[in-house]
Amino acid sequence: MGHARARPAILPDAIILVWLHLRSQGIAATPNTEILMERKIRVLVAKPGLDGHDRGAKVIASAFRDAGFEVIYTGLHQTPEMIVSAAVQEDVDVVALSVLSGAHMTLFPRVLELLREAGADHMLLTGGGIIPEEDIEALAGLGVGRLFGPGTTTTEAVAYIREWSERQPQDLVG
Amino acid sequence: MTRPEEPAGGVGPLDGALSALLDRFRSGQRMALARAISLVEGERPGFDAFLHAALVAGTRAARVGLTGPPGAGKSSLVAQVAAHYRRQDQDVGIVAVDPTSPFSGGALLGDRIRMNDLATDPGIFIRSMATRGSMGGLAAATREVMDLMDAFGLDRLIVETVGVGQTELEITGAADTVVVVLVPESGDSIQAMKAGLMEIADIFVVNKADRPGADRVAKEVTLALHLRAGEALRDVPAHHGVDLRRLAGGERGESGDDGGGPVVGEPMDQAVPEAPGWEIPVLKTVAQNGDGVPELIDAIASHKKYLDESGELEGRRRRRAGARVVDVVERELGRRVWGAAGASAILEDGVERIRRGEATPYSVASQVVDNLIRHGL
Ligand code: B12
Ligand SMILES: Nc1nc2c(ncn2[C@@H]2O[C@H](COP(=O)(O)OP(=O)(O)O)[C@@H](O)[C@H]2O)c(=O)[nH]1
Ligand SMILES: [Mg+2]
Repeated sequence: MGHARARPAILPDAIILVWLHLRSQGIAATPNTEILMERKIRVLVAKPGLDGHDRGAKVIASAFRDAGFEVIYTGLHQTPEMIVSAAVQEDVDVVALSVLSGAHMTLFPRVLELLREAGADHMLLTGGGIIPEEDIEALAGLGVGRLFGPGTTTTEAVAYIREWSERQPQDLVG
Repeated sequence: MTRPEEPAGGVGPLDGALSALLDRFRSGQRMALARAISLVEGERPGFDAFLHAALVAGTRAARVGLTGPPGAGKSSLVAQVAAHYRRQDQDVGIVAVDPTSPFSGGALLGDRIRMNDLATDPGIFIRSMATRGSMGGLAAATREVMDLMDAFGLDRLIVETVGVGQTELEITGAADTVVVVLVPESGDSIQAMKAGLMEIADIFVVNKADRPGADRVAKEVTLALHLRAGEALRDVPAHHGVDLRRLAGGERGESGDDGGGPVVGEPMDQAVPEAPGWEIPVLKTVAQNGDGVPELIDAIASHKKYLDESGELEGRRRRRAGARVVDVVERELGRRVWGAAGASAILEDGVERIRRGEATPYSVASQVVDNLIRHGL
């Protein structure tokens, strides 16, 4: 990966001449797929419902960006339908909800259900906010990923997503 | 789904997973479009074969680009324009580009915040893209992503660049019609802007016209445009060609180009058709409440009509296709040069020798290229 990043600007004209020359001599070309761009982790960060507490979501979104993720931030007042529609269009790896309103027991299951309906159940649903321990367990039982409460360090959340991502198949096209 | 594939020349065949994806793409599944975009954006194995297979049928959607400084209201305007097209029952694809942080490689893509009203509309597909190191105001794969949306069957494509200055002008390669969005506060920079954005605009919009200064900026832009076009040409009907007020079917109301006073054009049929010109309109909008948006829609339609009638659309698309081929060749060659066995070692060793004064970047570069030739590509 190191070189993919550090590679210098190529000399297009010179190389095109070389290319045209070889092409004219009928030398066969075999594509080299070794050098690929680093695979970016894409995360949707959303605030569902009427909950106006957006500090945590913003902190988390910036932390994810600083960790090298591509973060799609949709802002406040998202319905589960809006969240899933955005997750599909953006082909994110992770859907991350921030819920401080107390409505987590309806919001998380609903988003999970809609993701499944949309054929997007390969995505990780995670999040945080004010969520009691027993609710976190109940949601985990439904298939929701880890949920992070107040005082979470952003490194914990970043590490969790990285580790999850590394366990996923890398050629996701299906 | 058994349509025979066009022979792809050097492009390889689709493997099982990709042809399944192509089937789902062709049957209109949004998740498949989204995944195809990721495939192409990440240049994952097989992306070029997939693009080829998806695009053989050709592309047809009208493409509008919005560019301008950060915070000008581009995303808000995109949402307004898209909502308009939806009311005409057209399906709209939107690509919104934001910068990748050069420090972390991450990006915060926030354009959707302004497009929430469109979020669940099944006739809208919005994709946010990070520049991933690209410098021209778009991401490297933005045009390919638009092609995919086009092939998917969306009728209209709108692309929003990152907030740009004077040099990020790649939008001209991605859109048929370029809308440059300014704000009342842009006044001071209009002189400086002449070199860049001024040259690429097909339509100017002064957004945030609810704020003071919009008229002044609109007048300055109009004046600058006329200075550029040259006073002499202004009175030649041929150079007015398409007259917006006529084509748009009436008054553009307070659309702000009245100050510098372009001559009210001759009727279209009297304009000399063989050298049709395009008089760049300068409009005012308030993206928050939609004021001026119908006029913008009309101007985009007029510009499209001008492009069609003048043959300019054909010309632009041809130039774009040519530029694209060159791009793809360069990218592919870059990949091969650096993927060839030994290239990295030559680079590393070369850097060392440059440091010691025994080589120059040019001698090392030619070794890298020679290495590619030795390995027969
Ligand atoms: C600041 C604050 C406000 C501010 C919000 C400003 C803003 N723009 O965010 C204001 C004053 C507007 C406000 C209003 C209200 N608030 Co208030 N507010 C708080 C307070 C004191 C701090 C929240 C905060 O910003 N923390 C700082 C951020 C950085 O932390 P955080 O959000 O918890 O996020 C961290 C973690 O939770 C986690 N995390 C959060 N989201 C996510 C997402 C992901 C993906 C991940 C990985 C992690 C993660 O990581 C973050 C970093 O560590 C809390 C009490 C508390 N101590 O939590 C009450 C609190 C959240 N508010 C509460 C209430 C009831 C209200 C009001 C209804 C009060 C009222 N009656 O008017 C209104 C509702 C407003 C609305 N429209 O939603 C209650 C909620 C009760 C509940 N859920 O059961 C709380 C818990 C206070 C309480 N103990 O009663 N509030
Ligand atoms: N006053 C005013 N504010 C606007 C208008 N259009 C957009 N805005 C605000 O300007 C800010 C930037 O808008 P945005 O669409 O994100 O701009 P972009 O960065 O160019 O995409 C937001 O806070 C918008 O609400 C307008 O016409 N008038
Ligand atoms: Mg924007």
